[in-house]
Amino acid sequence: MADIIDMPKLSDTMTVGTLVKWNVKEGDTLAFGDILCEVETDKATMEVQNTIPGVLLKMYASAGAQLPVGAPICAIGKKGEAAPAPGSTNAPTPKAEPGKAAAVPPIPESTGVSCAPQAMASPVVATTQTGERAKASPYAKRMAEKAGVNVAALSGTGPGGRVVGNDVLAATAAPASAAGPLNVAVAAPADGKGIQADADVAVSSMRQTIARRLLESKLTVPHFYLETEVDAAPLLALRETLNRRLTEAGGKDALKLSVNDFILKASAEALRRVPAVNASWAGTNIRTHGAVHLAFGVALEDGLVTPVVRDAQAKSLRDIALEAKALIAKARAKKLTPAEMSGSTFTVTNLGMYGVSGFFGIINAPNAAILSVGATVQKPIVDAQGRIVVGQRMIVGLSGDHRVVDGATAAQFLQALRQMLEEPALMMI
Amino acid sequence: MPIISYREAIRAAMREEMKRDENVVIMGEEVAQFNGAYKVTEGLLKEFGPKRVIDTPISEAGFIGLGVGASMLGIRPVMELMFWSFSYVAFDQIVNNAGNIRYMSGGLINCPIVIRGPANGGTNVGATHSHTPEAMLAAHPGIKVVCPATPYDAKGLLKAAIRDNDPVYVMENTILYNDKGEVPDEDYIVPIGVADVKRVGTDLTIVAHGRAVITSLKAAEILEAEHGVSVEVVDLRSIRPLDEETILASVRKTHRALLVEENKPFCGVDAQVAYIIQSKAFDELDAPIGRVSSIDAPQIYSKPLEDVQIPSPARVVEAALKVLA
Repeated sequence: MADIIDMPKLSDTMTVGTLVKWNVKEGDTLAFGDILCEVETDKATMEVQNTIPGVLLKMYASAGAQLPVGAPICAIGKKGEAAPAPGSTNAPTPKAEPGKAAAVPPIPESTGVSCAPQAMASPVVATTQTGERAKASPYAKRMAEKAGVNVAALSGTGPGGRVVGNDVLAATAAPASAAGPLNVAVAAPADGKGIQADADVAVSSMRQTIARRLLESKLTVPHFYLETEVDAAPLLALRETLNRRLTEAGGKDALKLSVNDFILKASAEALRRVPAVNASWAGTNIRTHGAVHLAFGVALEDGLVTPVVRDAQAKSLRDIALEAKALIAKARAKKLTPAEMSGSTFTVTNLGMYGVSGFFGIINAPNAAILSVGATVQKPIVDAQGRIVVGQRMIVGLSGDHRVVDGATAAQFLQALRQMLEEPALMMI
Repeated sequence: MPIISYREAIRAAMREEMKRDENVVIMGEEVAQFNGAYKVTEGLLKEFGPKRVIDTPISEAGFIGLGVGASMLGIRPVMELMFWSFSYVAFDQIVNNAGNIRYMSGGLINCPIVIRGPANGGTNVGATHSHTPEAMLAAHPGIKVVCPATPYDAKGLLKAAIRDNDPVYVMENTILYNDKGEVPDEDYIVPIGVADVKRVGTDLTIVAHGRAVITSLKAAEILEAEHGVSVEVVDLRSIRPLDEETILASVRKTHRALLVEENKPFCGVDAQVAYIIQSKAFDELDAPIGRVSSIDAPQIYSKPLEDVQIPSPARVVEAALKVLA
């Protein structure tokens, strides 16, 4: 009797997988552990390993197909055996799990976003902006889950502000008419030679995750913004010295420290000094975190991910730099696992390499803050002696979740961070 | 189609079944010579004679026991209780004997008895004459309980009850006896265990049984006319077996439920219905389930107070608006 391999659930939040490519073909003899195919989830592209030794009888889906978790992808059996019809598997059809999303709202996933996003493994209770538990009828919650709407962001018209079915209907109807394809109708280029073709580009799983998570963060997290300008000269000098010595010692393949590596290290040390920022809003509690798990944004061609350097509080600058480089390489190869993109406590995003002077990222919920790093630029400054001199300046912005941290606390963190960057020797101890 | 009263519909059911099956007999207090305390059995003595329409002493425990024993030997007695309130002195026969004999005999003996009579308040007859024991009796596996609200259902359910091979208890309502409705002449039954959607609507499901169905239909009209609300009214008809699917299908459509019954609220039929809805359609609910019952006190003798005690269209409308809030 042939066995059917189903679309595996490769992440907590995966409901559908895109079969990117097959690594085998019908008739192949397969051993345990052979790579069958690559599947793109909402978080990453992952390899699916064979678990049943035998001959690949039938592939039920071709590359590019989107399949729900549990749908049959192929059948494996004895040579010459007929492949069973895909319906003969008891593959569960993806179904909403009512109630689950009610008490526990969808956990933010780990696909990152420009400015961030990355998720704690622990669920966070749906809360309103005022911090009360969101009241919604079971029916409204189920509708909201189907529609991908956060009930906590809606204002309920039921008794005591309860969100009821009609509130979800209203919320889903309005954007549909406002943002529907009809309203993006734009005249084609008058000269017939546009800068690109007019086209509707299908939204990838990653892009959908980015869209959903950032919208949710911006709708439900009360952001506030602080900015400070840092004297980057000592940091650049130290980096130059270290990189020169590393090259002298290790040659062409030696480790090269990036500005971002220093900022990651400085962030971990600043969080040690102001630990209140290393926390999450958890509805009725504020959850403080003992470990600093640092997420950082990595731009990809078609989106962005946020890998996580774990236990950064216990790692040297060199360890952090090596780990970040390995994660960046994996991210570009789309080989990051969901585990490598989840569970952050703080996020750093850096657009300095593009010459952006300063900006504010959207918080990577459930982090309490995100640090946004701008370019280091030369500009005139007034020094301690009152003279105008050439300075190396870097603007850093902090977006904070006001439910978790207040302005003064966030300011103390920025102060600590600035001190760390301006006196980088402090990072060494 | 002829329009007849609820009382005439019950009489027609008995008459047709007595003609169809010579084993069908009627027993009860005043059912023969006096033509029934509420004239339900009027004319049957004359038509079928004293061997099949039998007056009994004022002794419910005795004559219900007589009926239970007769039914075990193949007779199909239709026992009239002047009030279901009087069943309490015959509880051992009704529950222990009739309800359990099939089980206790390992299926060798069955008990095709029908007990019928009014079970309602609202007629100023006092606490000991106004009980509504449908929930209490339906609590016992082995017993079937039906509560017709209309002449059509009264005839169809009673005929189904008489043909049923197990005890079926039919709860009528003296206030409904004069209500008229269309009832076909030809033979039909209303199957036991099948609810009926008496009014189709989209915004709120009212689940009711017995006279509460009539009250709810009046409330539904007010809600539609004055509040623009579309109400669906589900008539349970049978308390046990209970038609869960019809209830759940309606709740899945309207997402809001109000339960109306003339029972006292504590352990009433609607306590069970509410449990079923929340356990099997929790994610369909857009509001907490609402409930209207008789006010929890012994049936009040004072007529003006009793009118307030029993669910009225006004109370149903008020409760419906809360569920719809």
